[in-house]
Amino acid sequence: MATKAVILVGGSQRGTRFRPLSLDLPKPLFEVAGHPIIWHCLAALTKIEVKEVLVIGYYDEYIFRDFIRDSSKEFPQFTIKYLREYEPLGTAGGLYHFRDNILKGAPKRFFVLNADVCCSFPLKEMLQLSDDREADAVILGTRVSNEAASSFGCIVSDPATKRVLHYVEKPESHISNLINCGVYLFDTSVISRINRARVIKTERKQTDPLYDPSDDTGSADVLRLEQDILGALADDKSFYVYETRDFWRQIKTAGSAVPANALYLQKAHQSASEDLAAASLNIIPPVYIHPTAKVDPTAKLGPNVSIGPRAIIGPGARVKESIVLEDAEIKHDACVLYSIVGWNAKIGAWARVEGTPISVTQHSTTVLKNGVKVQSVTILAKDCIVQDEIRVQNCVCLPYKELKRDVSNEVIM
Amino acid sequence: MILHQVEALAAAGVTDIVLAVNYRPDVMVAHLKKYEEQYNVKITFSVENEPLGTAGPLKLAEEILGKDDTPFFVLNSDVVCDYPFQQLANFHKSHNDEGTIVVTKVEEPSKYGVVVHKPSHPSKIDRFVEKPVEFVGNRINAGIYILNPSILKRIELRPTSIEQETFPAMVRDDQLHSFDLEGFWMDVGQPKDFLSGTCLFLSSLTKKGSKLLTPATEAFVHGGNVMIDPSAKIGSNCRIGPNVTIGPNVVIGDGVRIQRSVVLEGSRIKDHAWIKSTIVGWHGTVGKWARLENVTVMGDDVTIADEVYVNGGSILPHKTIKANIDVPAIIM
Repeated sequence: MATKAVILVGGSQRGTRFRPLSLDLPKPLFEVAGHPIIWHCLAALTKIEVKEVLVIGYYDEYIFRDFIRDSSKEFPQFTIKYLREYEPLGTAGGLYHFRDNILKGAPKRFFVLNADVCCSFPLKEMLQLSDDREADAVILGTRVSNEAASSFGCIVSDPATKRVLHYVEKPESHISNLINCGVYLFDTSVISRINRARVIKTERKQTDPLYDPSDDTGSADVLRLEQDILGALADDKSFYVYETRDFWRQIKTAGSAVPANALYLQKAHQSASEDLAAASLNIIPPVYIHPTAKVDPTAKLGPNVSIGPRAIIGPGARVKESIVLEDAEIKHDACVLYSIVGWNAKIGAWARVEGTPISVTQHSTTVLKNGVKVQSVTILAKDCIVQDEIRVQNCVCLPYKELKRDVSNEVIM
Repeated sequence: MILHQVEALAAAGVTDIVLAVNYRPDVMVAHLKKYEEQYNVKITFSVENEPLGTAGPLKLAEEILGKDDTPFFVLNSDVVCDYPFQQLANFHKSHNDEGTIVVTKVEEPSKYGVVVHKPSHPSKIDRFVEKPVEFVGNRINAGIYILNPSILKRIELRPTSIEQETFPAMVRDDQLHSFDLEGFWMDVGQPKDFLSGTCLFLSSLTKKGSKLLTPATEAFVHGGNVMIDPSAKIGSNCRIGPNVTIGPNVVIGDGVRIQRSVVLEGSRIKDHAWIKSTIVGWHGTVGKWARLENVTVMGDDVTIADEVYVNGGSILPHKTIKANIDVPAIIM
């Protein structure tokens, strides 16, 4: 049975929390574990039978051109097409706007993947659940701590049948600790459900005395899956949840790229991927090293480290739980822990660039230090320079800055 | 530290040295006895069973200090300077009075006890003013004296202060002079000052062209003022200095950076560690890629794990530190 997939990538007005890393590159193209975030979605789609992948967003077309060209070669089993929204339509609005592209070829079902999640994408299992229950919609869910739950979409389900009884986005009170992972499998009939919701919303705007037009920021066609559709789907009694026990993480802030990198590397390591560097005295797996990077044999890397193209790691350097991007250089005897080293950034000899480790169960990327919230991960944006012997801890450093003194718990403008 | 004083005293012709101690005398005895022969001096330990202040210990050692009528030197052990014993003795002999105290010029006299001279005399002391609010002078007591045995009669055997009781009495009798110290002076009672004192001492050795210093021609020596015991082992690609002393049997790994620090006997610094303004205690271990700074003091046999950062930690003996110390703290 033909299945399509939609990957929602958003637009440049979005992803502001991913700054400073999204200043030069759209977030979906940021590389974790050696590949762009969106590549991991495509790789997951190769495990099931998909003929066409539609990437929907409101970035300019040229931004994804190279990526789509390269991926089409790498994944010949499906065609990949970028569909551009000319204004932000919301996650459901975009699906409705491009309904003809989705419905073309009369697929029965289609997947919708948010590009900003990092998980094992158990798509086969979702298809199975959909078949078993003849579901109109299947949502991927995961359990989080009660404290974390209210920052996500919360799902109440029937424990026996897995049917979704209730859905609410970011509730003020505690509803459930089963949350929306941002991955869906819809029957194509959902398109008409979106249309109904659109009509109802337009009518409500005209009749509801509580409706305040100044609340409405976008176009009249803005419809969001989470706020406008999922709650209504629960009422239709054919909406099910597949609960994953595998890893899941949102990639919102720039700092969240570090846990995402770690999780994808561990996944690759478990599946014995040839992408990864072989373990040795100075390589603690998993570690990804781009073939064009130069790593001195006396440097010690890992675990959970990605080294980008043409990056240089000097003698006796130490890199752990970090991402080192294209053309970056880490000089001899420097130490980089829980950090992101930006494109073409330079770290001097004996410098120490350091973030704070956070627990695997924590979904936030901030830590409290002396009562102040700071980023757990240290981020050096593009072209930053850290001089020899300087220490940088829990800082976010904007592009082109040169650090000549020790800094901690700061955003360096 | 005390050895520098013994050495300087011996060079000035001193034959008897009394060490007044009340803390861990066994450690001091074991450490210093072996130097008697080397410097040809007799070292006697005078142990206080209860603290006797700064004057009491002199009375306790009256037998040795008063055995003839030649004057004796008194030194506070936590003072580091260019010891001017010979000049001091000559000056003392020239004025024929009971005592001379060495004074040093300081920038902020309001933190110390200031020495005020008699208006009519270049060296005779008129009075002491403790922590003056208004400027009365900029010379302070440097903690080094030369005194005639006759002053022992002024001291009773009880806890008593030489600065607050004996000296004022001598001033009243017009018996106390001052002697200006040339060069550096430092009270190194606190670890922070101990590090500064080490820097000053090493600089002074460099100025004198001392052979104790490791020659700057060694590839790893950076910025000079480096003193490394010949029994210490240094790895490759290290950068050491300025202002570093490394004690006997220390082992330093590859790619280690040390500056403004003291590494004591038997310690081990592993590869790629970075150390600044730190005292690494006896038999300590510093892990790979560890970073120590901001007056970190490791007690005896302390271990810092790999990749750990310590900012101004005072770490008590036998501890192992496995997590960062981000802000200065005492680790019990």
